[in-house]
Amino acid sequence: MRDFLHVLWAVARRECVLTVRAPTQWLHPVVFFTMVIVLFPLGISPNQAALSPIAVGVIWIAALLASMLGSERLFEADHQSGALEQMALSSVSLYWVALIKVFVHWLFAGLPLVLLAPLLSLFLFLPMNEVWVVVLSLLLGTPVLAFVNAIGAAITLSTRGGSVLLLLICLPLQIPIIIFATGAVKAFSEGLPYEGYLAVLAALLSLSVVLSPVAIAAALQVGVQNR
Amino acid sequence: MWDWIKRTYHRWGSPRYFYQYARRGMVAAGLIAGVSLLVGLIWSLAFAPPDYQQGNSFRIIYIHVPAASVGMGFYALIAGCAFVSWVWKMKMADVVAEAAAPIGACFTFLSLFTGAVWGKPTWGTYWVWDARLTSMLILLFLYLGLMALRQSIASTSAGNKMCNLLAMVGAINLPIIKYSVEWWNTLHQPATFTITDSCHDHDGF
Repeated sequence: MRDFLHVLWAVARRECVLTVRAPTQWLHPVVFFTMVIVLFPLGISPNQAALSPIAVGVIWIAALLASMLGSERLFEADHQSGALEQMALSSVSLYWVALIKVFVHWLFAGLPLVLLAPLLSLFLFLPMNEVWVVVLSLLLGTPVLAFVNAIGAAITLSTRGGSVLLLLICLPLQIPIIIFATGAVKAFSEGLPYEGYLAVLAALLSLSVVLSPVAIAAALQVGVQNR
Repeated sequence: MWDWIKRTYHRWGSPRYFYQYARRGMVAAGLIAGVSLLVGLIWSLAFAPPDYQQGNSFRIIYIHVPAASVGMGFYALIAGCAFVSWVWKMKMADVVAEAAAPIGACFTFLSLFTGAVWGKPTWGTYWVWDARLTSMLILLFLYLGLMALRQSIASTSAGNKMCNLLAMVGAINLPIIKYSVEWWNTLHQPATFTITDSCHDHDGF
């Protein structure tokens, strides 16, 4: 048990150090998120009446695309350097390694988006009382996005030029998340019960935490064998 | 007798023998398919009585509904084959899954296209963001992703495995997508023909 935790801690620490040392990895999604949201008032209209109704959708679509941005590199460097092979050979199953890697990735690429959302929702004139629902939906939803992206990244590991492919594979699978997340905020703004939507998001989160590492680990195993 | 059954089963499960049998049977199967398609099309488009409400425009149902069920059914087939291949390593399942993806994608597209053509005279619009239409469109994207993935992996065995994984992930996700989209918006009538229900229970046609 101590060995197990030791390996997991080593993987988590290594991920953190590698990410911190390559600032572009975690800065890209944040900058992209901000830029996309700033473009919407320029492209549609600076009026509050035009922006306020679409604010939630814009924030969520920007978050969806931003979270996809860094994830194609999630396993690639480790795959090319051979570190992934070492992880596959280690005493800990790839399931846990995948879980840790995705969680650390979310910590650096997903959590900043959640923290930035209140500020950026000011740009889009989102009503003040709705901000916390948006933040909560992002907090529950962006980890699911990270897990789905990680499945895509692991599956496209042995492909050539995978970023468009990753988009094509992951976006359809992420549609439920954006539906339930924006649904929660819309229900809240109309005074309808919104807890159900958040509960479904939480259910999707727990489902993806438990199940997606299985798929990721299986794909990584194939990728390692096919190197 | 038992040995013969076992041998035949294993032979049909192996691409090498299957391709030999298939080459012999292909012309006959193609002929049967072509003739039945022709008979069905002529019968439905020329001889079936017009609908009392929609007149002749309803005839597209004879293409639209089968295309939709093939489009949806083939994804289930691919997912089933993916499971069989992943668990029992039957190579034939990979062959079937690979061949089924473009067919399923074509029929999904056909059902969307005929639906748009049919929607104009009956609903007054080519496209609405309705749950069934949207989930069909998403299904088409899933097919495209599957085909694109297979195209972009050079190694056949790795390509098969990755596609099988994606098909299984998609199969788990498909009900979630379907119900989420259904919550989101619904205008299309419920399925007219179901296997468990007699079609007299529904009005409409």
